[in-house]
Amino acid sequence: MYVATKGGERAIEAAHQWLAEARRGDPAVPELSIAQIREQMTLAVNRVMAEGSLYDPDLAALAIKQARGDLIEAIFLIRAYRTTLPRFGGALPVETDEMAVTRRISATFKDVPGGQVLGPTFDYTHRLLDFALMADGDAPQAARKPAETQPVPHILQLLDRDGLMEPLTQGEATPPDLTREPLEMPADRPLRLQALARGDEGFVLSMAYSTQRGYGRTHAFVGELRIGTCAVEMEIPELGFAVEIGEIELTECETVNQFTGSKTEPAQFTRGYGLVMGQSERKAISMSLVDRALRWDELGEENTGAPAQDAEFVLYHCDNIQATGFLEHIKLPHYVDFQSELELIRKLRRDAGAETCKEAAE
Amino acid sequence: MDHAEILAGGFDDPAAQSARAFRACLEAMARPGRIQPITGAAPPAPISPAAGAVLLTLVDTTTPLYLAPSQDTQATRQWIAFHCGAPIVPAEEAAFALGAWGALQPVSRFAIGTADYPDRAATLIVEMPGATPPSARLAGPGIETCHEACLPEIAAFAANRTQFPLGFDCYFSAGSQLWALPRSTNVEAL
Amino acid sequence: MSEAAYNFAYLDEATKRMIRRALLKGLAIPGYQVPFASREMPMPYGWGTGGVQVTAACLTPEDCLKVIDQGADDTTNAVSIRKFFERTAGVATTEHTAEASVIQTRHRIPEQALTEGQILVYQVPIPEPLRFLEPRESETRRMHALEEYGLMHVKLYEDIARHGAIATSYAYPVKVEGRYVMDPSPIPKFDNPKLGGNAAIQLFGAGREQRIYALPPYTQVVSLDFEDHPFEPSKADHDCDLCGAAQSYLDEVITDDRGGRMFICSDTDFCASRRADGLRGRLSPEEAA
Repeated sequence: MYVATKGGERAIEAAHQWLAEARRGDPAVPELSIAQIREQMTLAVNRVMAEGSLYDPDLAALAIKQARGDLIEAIFLIRAYRTTLPRFGGALPVETDEMAVTRRISATFKDVPGGQVLGPTFDYTHRLLDFALMADGDAPQAARKPAETQPVPHILQLLDRDGLMEPLTQGEATPPDLTREPLEMPADRPLRLQALARGDEGFVLSMAYSTQRGYGRTHAFVGELRIGTCAVEMEIPELGFAVEIGEIELTECETVNQFTGSKTEPAQFTRGYGLVMGQSERKAISMSLVDRALRWDELGEENTGAPAQDAEFVLYHCDNIQATGFLEHIKLPHYVDFQSELELIRKLRRDAGAETCKEAAE
Repeated sequence: MDHAEILAGGFDDPAAQSARAFRACLEAMARPGRIQPITGAAPPAPISPAAGAVLLTLVDTTTPLYLAPSQDTQATRQWIAFHCGAPIVPAEEAAFALGAWGALQPVSRFAIGTADYPDRAATLIVEMPGATPPSARLAGPGIETCHEACLPEIAAFAANRTQFPLGFDCYFSAGSQLWALPRSTNVEAL
Repeated sequence: MSEAAYNFAYLDEATKRMIRRALLKGLAIPGYQVPFASREMPMPYGWGTGGVQVTAACLTPEDCLKVIDQGADDTTNAVSIRKFFERTAGVATTEHTAEASVIQTRHRIPEQALTEGQILVYQVPIPEPLRFLEPRESETRRMHALEEYGLMHVKLYEDIARHGAIATSYAYPVKVEGRYVMDPSPIPKFDNPKLGGNAAIQLFGAGREQRIYALPPYTQVVSLDFEDHPFEPSKADHDCDLCGAAQSYLDEVITDDRGGRMFICSDTDFCASRRADGLRGRLSPEEAA
């Protein structure tokens, strides 16, 4: 005898208790502290801050702990928290020229003013598991050198000076805010960059990769990749001037791409741009490639139908919180609609059967 | 007008009072011509309590407001600046407009939306001397058969209806009474 | 979550004002999808964030809220959303359709006729009825602007050519007041006739897709069809096995692995009320005993 299932509330509660227990794992193993995650899982923390659009390493570490290391879940926790915060105003644009760099490389020149600074990179490491990390021990001390006091110039400025780069035009308009206004098509570049900056790293990476393989190719060189800290300043109306409210770590990538030009206009290199919170260079490079691919129209290029050239496709599908929510919602009951489909398919089969019988009888 | 007066007359309990006031706005817009009581605001004259509540509920720094000469005083400007923060703009740029019907003329100045975005149209808050006598017969969405309501004129609303789905939408306020006329309503003189 | 840390009904007042303005424009242009800056909610996109934001913008402290999913009050997501509003808005909740002033629903319209003073809030996954025919938003927006709905008729007609009938059984498109083609959310087409001429206010929220739309009471809503293939609402050809109702939408429940099945009302409150009134079906426990 069927009895309608009751007690959904009790089941949910029990599932959540189980989740809390599973999150903690074996209680004989010491619990992770937020500080440990913040200091030792830095790149995970950075990704959660970047895609969660909230610069707060402690909260990102808390989210990672609460999400059992599921970074999309952690990003979701941060986004849901962020949306409840009051807004005091907008910061001034950060001056990446003034960045205190920890890493700064260019693939377009062998050496550059300010030097190539490798910084803490996985590049050139041999990807061999380091079993020493399984044992406890102090990390080796890296060699030290005094910090640069001079700002490190942007490399693309050097090409700019010779007129080889497409000029940057500074707009006066305040860029739209993706988190406060509905996404509207066609999207201009500030809006596209905003969406990409908080877009899923994997999605943006694959889109960028597809341009390299020929789906909207743009011949990108990494003109400069820099990682470091920048001051964030805000105008305080009561004071009448800007004050520094903090410092954030940023990764910036500028690409130099295939040129435009015509018989009348001399050829110039074009640009792609990526800027991401935290140390997140895979994302920043990917972003600059996709940004460049999306600029086909303004640069007078052909739309080859490549996915990375399609702003609607990219922008509507790059957000992993939207994507994961909608994907996973198909776990919810759909039996009412399924029942409706059942009725329909039975009716169609019945009608078809009747038709066949009629034909046979004739 | 001193500071105390400017600071007064808003919602004491904004979340609950604006929720109740919004339900009056919602019911009014959903059932054209039907009068809804709406309370909680005490704006400076000549803004009615009903219009004041609509302002507190719907208008803020993101919604440019046109203040028709009939309601445009130093006191009303200060009250709106403090409680809503809405930028005061010319009629053509307004998302909301407040005034007596005569003072809002010509209403052809107000945004009626675009074919792609008909929602980008102005909402007029029309201050009325009273909610009676009924002058128009209304029919359309929100009305089962027909409904009688007090409107300041007929022709302008009939003309507005012909532009559907474009057009402006109206609230009417008198004392603590609120009623509405969306662009979708057919209007006939009684 | 510490409830005191959040505003009444969770959303901050500025966000509510933005949603409220969108709702009013939605009512003024029945069936038109108003873009709104949907916020991240503490539940995933696709799980009712649009409906939750609309409900949060509408609730007053005096409201009595009912939440259903698949017509049932006790499905897990309905329980979760009801609990969210109990905690963040402190409103009374009910399972009885007649007692509720606001009803949030996923995939059904209650069997019992709604009344004036009630608001029905739909959770909508894909608000654009033309989306599966044309994936581009910029294109579908133009099509609505120009009232260019030929593509939809072609699709329905192709169904008839292939299957002999319109092969859409839920989220069946409707035309509102002779102007906008609207997606009624994934309700079974059995529920379509209740969309039009309804005494309640019907509000639709799509969070991920950032759209709000509305049907004022007594709005004219017509399910798309052809003269020679008129729209037919349909349900399982049975009576409810628990309450005996002949006119309610039924769920099919598989009871064993030998083909045994029973049919019961999807609207759990409707079914329970009938049984409380002493009405019985083929397999009521009392009959079986």
